[in-house]
Amino acid sequence: MSEPTFPTMQGPVCPLPLNQHDQIVIGHGSGGLMTHELIRDLFQKYLGNPTLNAGNDGAIVAASEAMPAGSRLVVSTDAHIVSPLFFPGGDIGRLAICGTVNDVAMMGAQPRYLTATFILEEGFSIAALEEVLRSMQAACAEAGVSIIAADTKVTEKGKSDGLFISTTGFGWLPEGRRIAGDNAQPGDAVLVSGPMGNHGIAVMQARGNLGFQSEVRSDTTPLNALAWGLCQAVPTVHVLRDPTRGGLATTLAEIAAQSQVNITLEEAAIPIDQPVRKACELLGLDPLYLANEGKMIVILPEDDANAALSYLHSQRYGEGAQLIGKVSAIPAGQVWLRTPLGTTRVLEMLAGEMLPRIC
Amino acid sequence: MCLAIPGKILEIYERDGTLMSKVDFGGVQQEVCLATTPEAQVGQYVIVHAGFALNLLSAEEAEETLRLLKELEESIQDGENLGEGE
Amino acid sequence: MNNSSPLDYRSAELTRKFIEQIRRITTQPWNIMEICGGQTHALLQYGIDQLLPPEITLIHGPGCPVCVTSLEAVETALQIAAQPDVTFTTFGDMLRVPGNHQDLFSARANGADVRVVVSPMDAVRLAQAEPERQVVFFAIGFETTVPSIAASILHAERNAITNFSILPANVLVPPAIHAILSSPENRVNGFLAAGHVCAVMGYWEYEPIAAQYHTPIVVTGFEPVDLARGIYQTVRQLEESRCVVENAYSRAVTREGNRTAQALINQVFEPVDRQWRGIGLIPRSGLGLRAAYRSFDALERFLVAFNTLVESPLCIAGQVLRGVATPHDCPAFGSQCTPSSPLGAPMVSSEGACAAYYRYQRVKP
Repeated sequence: MSEPTFPTMQGPVCPLPLNQHDQIVIGHGSGGLMTHELIRDLFQKYLGNPTLNAGNDGAIVAASEAMPAGSRLVVSTDAHIVSPLFFPGGDIGRLAICGTVNDVAMMGAQPRYLTATFILEEGFSIAALEEVLRSMQAACAEAGVSIIAADTKVTEKGKSDGLFISTTGFGWLPEGRRIAGDNAQPGDAVLVSGPMGNHGIAVMQARGNLGFQSEVRSDTTPLNALAWGLCQAVPTVHVLRDPTRGGLATTLAEIAAQSQVNITLEEAAIPIDQPVRKACELLGLDPLYLANEGKMIVILPEDDANAALSYLHSQRYGEGAQLIGKVSAIPAGQVWLRTPLGTTRVLEMLAGEMLPRIC
Repeated sequence: MCLAIPGKILEIYERDGTLMSKVDFGGVQQEVCLATTPEAQVGQYVIVHAGFALNLLSAEEAEETLRLLKELEESIQDGENLGEGE
Repeated sequence: MNNSSPLDYRSAELTRKFIEQIRRITTQPWNIMEICGGQTHALLQYGIDQLLPPEITLIHGPGCPVCVTSLEAVETALQIAAQPDVTFTTFGDMLRVPGNHQDLFSARANGADVRVVVSPMDAVRLAQAEPERQVVFFAIGFETTVPSIAASILHAERNAITNFSILPANVLVPPAIHAILSSPENRVNGFLAAGHVCAVMGYWEYEPIAAQYHTPIVVTGFEPVDLARGIYQTVRQLEESRCVVENAYSRAVTREGNRTAQALINQVFEPVDRQWRGIGLIPRSGLGLRAAYRSFDALERFLVAFNTLVESPLCIAGQVLRGVATPHDCPAFGSQCTPSSPLGAPMVSSEGACAAYYRYQRVKP
């Protein structure tokens, strides 16, 4: 007598397939099962940690764990809408992490925790979202920070632009340390941690409508280790700031106004990679106004400049550091540029978007 | 209307019936139309404006500038020599 | 002839040598004008005027399309850009030039499809890629840019790209020089001719001008050494009472120019009268499409109403552009008229004379 054969019960027995979507749909933002699956399968997979994964309405962080005695809390927030989302050297995810980490670090603070909100447009590719999250995971690991609270919403198609990310960063500032934009003093030296303009050119190139190709890559990078180490090695740092939107010139103009000092730069000393220079010449752009996402300006007493440069040169992301200028009292509130010819021109703040020109 | 920079022609091809090229500007490349300089060859330098070649670049002028400066400096010296005699 | 050039045209040392020569030979005041936005920009960027002896005054002439494109053309551009099926393409330079009440930048913010291109060919390719759109290209610029526009139109014709058209606004340099030098208020003693305009057109057209007005003209490039050399040769002629055309940019310029490029211009365009903003009508100073190419004229394709044109009554841009007044002579300069709230085009453009003076006055070494 032969054994009865039973059906194998394999194949699509469950009528509710998971992960059948390759695009974000409105249901992903509804708060229901699809949202939970999206969070579990993507967000927690890449950004997860015990605090985030606890899944409560709020994250609990013990003050003593977050902040040593005597220290102060530093908070910074930033929204990221970069287009295109992916560019040579980076993407919106890496930018969202590094941008906020760096803002906290430029205060002389140690960033620890981030929050992140994601606004997704209906139709956005899940594969692209996964790529962004993977990138954020790597950036968090490199920076040594974790995302402890997050939120995601989905808009109807056409009501947003693919993906927007907003991050808020929390860090602690040691007692007694004061690094701020109004702290530049006459006699200070101005340093920059590496070449200018790479991020701006990389993003323009990736947009594709300006018709040029190059090997230029964005410098998007977490600078917290570099900034923290510098402040330990050279405690007299007065100002740190990353020259993002508006570039070196605009950022220094802000500092000159805040501190009511004059900043004079030596044009020949400002490091700019050759392809960045050439792309600017081709398009009629000024590299001093292009965004950087992995560089910092350091303003400190002149006598400590060499020690600062030595430290930066010995560290990752600081190899290209240069002394580029000095601070004096007058005329206050202005940034001057001395050309190789010995002539001088004023660097104004960037008014509006910098556009390619033919004239 | 005058922003134009020199670049080296890397390759020449036709696209939709128009003569095009790939030009290198020292680490940056751009597609440049050669309809305005159809005689240009790979390896030559052109001055490029708004995605088109304005003209070929010639070699002579550098020597001309240096020669002019040299003449001027020599004429200063001659002038000084004359002045001494007065 | 690039990085491998035998000469570094940015060399501070060579530039200073020419400047020393200028100082050595200058015995009286001279006014020298350049008509090229690119040269104005370079002069300001390198601060060349700060190196010249005080007797030499540089006057920034009407050489930038931002400054001289007529208000009427800007208003027409705005009207065409506002139409729903139009993709309006332009060089970045024109985006913030004020019309009566707005510019192309704010038009874009109001929903107009305005796109910046770096080449007229990009506009043609866009038309090819989006056949349901009407792609219009704002054809501004001097002779330097015209061959590229002509070639792009021929390319469009060859490939039956019919949804492409241009808004003609190109201008020519020699008529502007005539207008400046023939004015009774003229103060210009010598000219720097625009190197890249001459790369296309050659410089033979300037010889009768130099002779007629007894004014030396020196074809000049854009790097510091070029500019210093061009100014030197102009001053030398003035000091020696000569008035001929000299070529100080022979690596890119020959007397007859680029014949192929000139043929392209002549095939597609013909001289027409044109309004220059702030200056007025200069006869046969612009280029319009020839009859055979009129189908590419946006003015024939789109209905444009004639608007009253409103310029600020305070703005003396015309006098500044002609070199008969300096921005300091303007009552609104630095007060009602500043780069962030400009009344006229020379304060909008980064190389406009007024914006330049505004920045200069803040530097007192």
